[in-house]
Amino acid sequence: MKLLHRIFPHPHLTFLLTFVWVLLANNGSLNSLVFGLILGIIIPFITQPYWPDRPKLRNWPMVVEYMLVVLWDIVVANVTVARIILFKRDADRQPNWICVPLELRTPEAITVLAGTITMTPGTVSCDLSAQGHNLLVHCLDAPNPEEVRDQIKQRYERRLKEIFE
Amino acid sequence: MTFIIELLIAFFLIMSGIFGFVGSFGMIKLKDPMSRLHAPTKATTLGVGGVLLASITHSVLLEGKLSLHELLITLFLFLTAPITALFIAKWHIHRHEKPQDLPDAGEDELWATHAVEQVENVPDHSAN
Repeated sequence: MKLLHRIFPHPHLTFLLTFVWVLLANNGSLNSLVFGLILGIIIPFITQPYWPDRPKLRNWPMVVEYMLVVLWDIVVANVTVARIILFKRDADRQPNWICVPLELRTPEAITVLAGTITMTPGTVSCDLSAQGHNLLVHCLDAPNPEEVRDQIKQRYERRLKEIFE
Repeated sequence: MTFIIELLIAFFLIMSGIFGFVGSFGMIKLKDPMSRLHAPTKATTLGVGGVLLASITHSVLLEGKLSLHELLITLFLFLTAPITALFIAKWHIHRHEKPQDLPDAGEDELWATHAVEQVENVPDHSAN
């Protein structure tokens, strides 16, 4: 077990690198799989010192659910934002800063949350507070800032908390 | 059957074209720099996503071979786009926003960009 841990210090990264390499080669041959696996073993081995305490993913079904929720939200928000850009007069729009208090403490979880907020059209995460307890989000059109904040906490942060913490 | 597939591919392409157009139109129409930042996120999600879906559909249904390295483009975009947006946003806060213009940062008092500026206000050592 200990030997196995030494060869695969970061099994998720090994899997991800192999997967990405096979997709890059795009022919599904045994060749690319083997070479991907070699990269997947060497790279985590060399970069080991950079992963002092790696996050544990606790809830795999939740990871899938989270991805689907985010994809769906991206499609919905794209239509909403397109409508705002095309049909709303610039004077009627209410851009707004929102402060989202974070319950997440893991840096990786906060990174994923901030990335998700940016990739969902209509909101961009702009800054963290000095000690990382709040997230500053800019909204394209938010007549009701509390609603956006609650939605972020409800839809994303609650699920990330179950995945990472 | 081929016709339906082509219709589907055309639908994805047109959809991505529309969202790409709206994204770039937003860059012109929106006036303040922070709002302009929202436009590229549209182009990188459904705009690129439509082209990639069309490409996957074409290779799977018309050429009959599975091609998934389009998914990698999505993966790399999702990794890089938020970082670019964060850099631009932080630059904007650094140059154009005062701490009192932003919402309250709660118990931490300052947002990270402003907090760093405070640390930088150390005595000037460049004189000697």
